[in-house]
Amino acid sequence: MIAALTLLLVFQLAGEVIARALALPVPGPVIGMALLFLALLLRGGPGEDLRQTSGQLLQHLSLLFVPAGTGIVIYGDRIAAEWLPLVVALFLSTFLALAVTALVLKALIGKRPRMPAGDDR
Amino acid sequence: MNPNLEEIWVYLSTSPLLGLTLTLLAYQAAFWVYKRCGFHPLANPVLISVAILASLLLATDTPYQTYFDGAQFVHFLLGPATVALAIPLHAQWPRLKAMAGPLTIALVAGSLTAALSAWGLGALLGGSRESLMSLAPKSVTTPIAMGVAERIGGLPSLTAVLVISTGIIGAVFARSIYRWLRIDDHAVRGFAIGIASHGIGTARAFQVSEQAGAFAALAMGLNGLLTALSLPWIMPWVERLFAR
Repeated sequence: MIAALTLLLVFQLAGEVIARALALPVPGPVIGMALLFLALLLRGGPGEDLRQTSGQLLQHLSLLFVPAGTGIVIYGDRIAAEWLPLVVALFLSTFLALAVTALVLKALIGKRPRMPAGDDR
Repeated sequence: MNPNLEEIWVYLSTSPLLGLTLTLLAYQAAFWVYKRCGFHPLANPVLISVAILASLLLATDTPYQTYFDGAQFVHFLLGPATVALAIPLHAQWPRLKAMAGPLTIALVAGSLTAALSAWGLGALLGGSRESLMSLAPKSVTTPIAMGVAERIGGLPSLTAVLVISTGIIGAVFARSIYRWLRIDDHAVRGFAIGIASHGIGTARAFQVSEQAGAFAALAMGLNGLLTALSLPWIMPWVERLFAR
């Protein structure tokens, strides 16, 4: 577990250094993810330790958003003053993005026969 | 409060221990509720945890910064967790590669819809410029969204709150929308929730299936990349076009 955590941090660190050195607009951890992905392609897959540790970390990914979400307490006044545009934009635009992405992707992959014969679900 | 209790409170309110412990306790409680509700999307664990913690902070008049001094240790793990997304991505790589063309088109369509509809709806309803620019990058992962908001004239910390809200809304309502639109392929479901609702949508997708999770992780990463590169030049252009 410690070895896997160290590996994840090393890739994050490499990502942060690259993002800053090349002044990229993309955050370090996203570059770290890309680097680790490339390493896995070259190596042929993660070891058992890395697979388990990442699995545990991703299982509770929701937890990691809680501290930032609690920041809502700072914006009580602005939200009270602009609740209508904020709430409508948040809900409708999220629904639209979900629907447009799913429908476009479904339409594009639906053109190819990909169900095995007999499966007409 | 007797002097002894007050001493204890002074210690607790200045040490990071309380904020960290409360974050984990709130999440344990929220996850217990989520489980008891059969993982129903309405019982979203982020939503319940934030509701518990925000109520506590408001009730005890504790500044957010004091809380965050402890909670930052949890927040920090977002970095390594983002890197760890490479593992499910690698596991699903053959299927992802086979769908590269459709995924790219869906990515561009979904990414533009998310940013422009948020800006447009907010503008129609009279949102302030700062709020509109904080709304535009709301569908991408927190660190990218905050950076983009800063570049286009939004408020990064407000953006963080809007990003989390977007994630929760997507995680809560995606299943109903998919049922209504008759979308049942887990690859499509995962990809769409990753575009619209970044990491929180991805977290929800992983709770549904590993395939949905991997497609969500890919969508989140790609949308982050595309938004970071495109919004800083699209938004000034959109503003000029619709100058009020």
